[in-house]
Amino acid sequence: MEQRPFSDISYEQYLREEKLMGSRCKKCGALFVPPRSICIKCYSSEMEWVEMKSEGRLHAFTCITVAPPFMMEQGFDRKHPYCSGVVELEEGVKVDARIDGVDAAKPEEISIGMPLRVKFLHWGEAENRQTYLAFQPA
Amino acid sequence: MKKKHKLARGVAVVGAGMSKFGMFKDKDSKDLFAEAFREMLASIDKGFDPNDIEALYLGNFTNDFFIHQGHWGPIISDLIGLAPKPATRTEGACASSALAFREGVFAIASGFYDIVLVGGVEEMSKRTTEEVAEGLALATVPYEGRVGFTFPGVFGALATAYFHKYGANREHLMNVTIKSHSNASLNPKAQFPFSIKDMMTMKTETAKKKGKPVPHWDDEKAFLRDPGANPVVAWPMHLYDCCPISDGGACMLLVAEEIAKNFTDNPLYIVGIGQGSGKGLHAAADLTTMEATKNAADEAYGMSGLKPEDIQFSEVHDCFSIAELIHIEDLGFFKPGQGYKAVEEGLTRRDGPMPINTSGGLKCKGHPVGATGIGQLFEVWKQLRGEAGERQIPNKDLRIGAAHNLGGTGGTCTFTILERR
Repeated sequence: MEQRPFSDISYEQYLREEKLMGSRCKKCGALFVPPRSICIKCYSSEMEWVEMKSEGRLHAFTCITVAPPFMMEQGFDRKHPYCSGVVELEEGVKVDARIDGVDAAKPEEISIGMPLRVKFLHWGEAENRQTYLAFQPA
Repeated sequence: MKKKHKLARGVAVVGAGMSKFGMFKDKDSKDLFAEAFREMLASIDKGFDPNDIEALYLGNFTNDFFIHQGHWGPIISDLIGLAPKPATRTEGACASSALAFREGVFAIASGFYDIVLVGGVEEMSKRTTEEVAEGLALATVPYEGRVGFTFPGVFGALATAYFHKYGANREHLMNVTIKSHSNASLNPKAQFPFSIKDMMTMKTETAKKKGKPVPHWDDEKAFLRDPGANPVVAWPMHLYDCCPISDGGACMLLVAEEIAKNFTDNPLYIVGIGQGSGKGLHAAADLTTMEATKNAADEAYGMSGLKPEDIQFSEVHDCFSIAELIHIEDLGFFKPGQGYKAVEEGLTRRDGPMPINTSGGLKCKGHPVGATGIGQLFEVWKQLRGEAGERQIPNKDLRIGAAHNLGGTGGTCTFTILERR
């Protein structure tokens, strides 16, 4: 695998390419998503990229009605809430993600532990194109 | 072996002041700090010359973003005639002024200064709710803000994790809100000095005046269950789970212990002071606890030699109702998973065995973020000196009180223990 720096910029680049990537310490095997360039378990800087299988379970969530401006631009507001959550990946690490494909107006129907698979949400065009990590019911 | 932290020399609080908290279109940060400073001056029993202040540490978080003015240290130092003496701004999101307090304590403990002013100020109400949400989200962990988490959103997620693990539900959060409002109704400086029953009466009176259908609720919980009265902000956080948008200022005068009695016969001594940092939602092993709070508590308890059961009352950072439950457990006042039961049983009421947030907490007293840390310590000052008026904790010889302050989504937490000797 090509050697991109183990940085948030690389993590975002990979997301734009529809890959959920983390870094693994070659010395002690600790896995970090998003990636770290320094292993905080053994302080080695010898890392390698690993691609996540991108399946997981919902660990915690919220359905947001008072949205920040960048989410309002995407059509969310008090009448159109959205769901964000923490997803525990099959690999045992957790990531923050948008939760898509659920009804954020009916949070009672969203349940912790539900199986999810990754979805990459793209927004904007050309150089303004953003990709948000998301998960949807498997 | 754990290091036992200690100050190289003792430090005492000898004066304190706090502005009224609220939304003030006609007051700016300088006006708010001046209000707190005047009260601080008047609070020093034996009087003192403000020219004796050697340095200022000032907490502020969002003024850069909300009112497009940064660099508040010298602005405030000039306001109070301190310039050209040093002024340092501290930033720890909503724990900014607890960090100012801590820096002031260390500056005196080191022996460099004897008399230091510490304070905080914040001006938030001149923006829309959405803009405030965006501004505060500056203090989320980057991965959180990126996927749409707001502050209420992060704490909403913590609440779903807490509910799932311990079987609690929204009704338990309502108990926190009802208690906070009850305390705030006795605090004239609170942004909402009203009980939930008062709020219900005000709503029905407004409806009558406007000739609109008059709502009726059987009790406080019925009111809080009504989505018209208490709409969702970030499930399961509803309006009454969330602290308001506030303006305010607060300050305290710190002096070396050996000169404290020159200022007052009734100083409060800093016996424990702790701080911790956190990594964010995705990196937390367990979302029902905050490691930054636990580290702060370990430092403060370790320094003081005190145990959680020695703390007689505490202000606890309740930016959202769920935060109070998590923190009363993390600080050791109640066992993990027992916090919601303790609140339900009334143990944290003002007249209970472990009063929490007698001021009304951030929920009702208000949360001008950079002023909150010292605003909390102001309540501890009032209670320990027996000056809390109607909301004075009854039937207790108060000697030891504490304040827990949180910044961001748990990125910065502090715990400070004060003692009256």
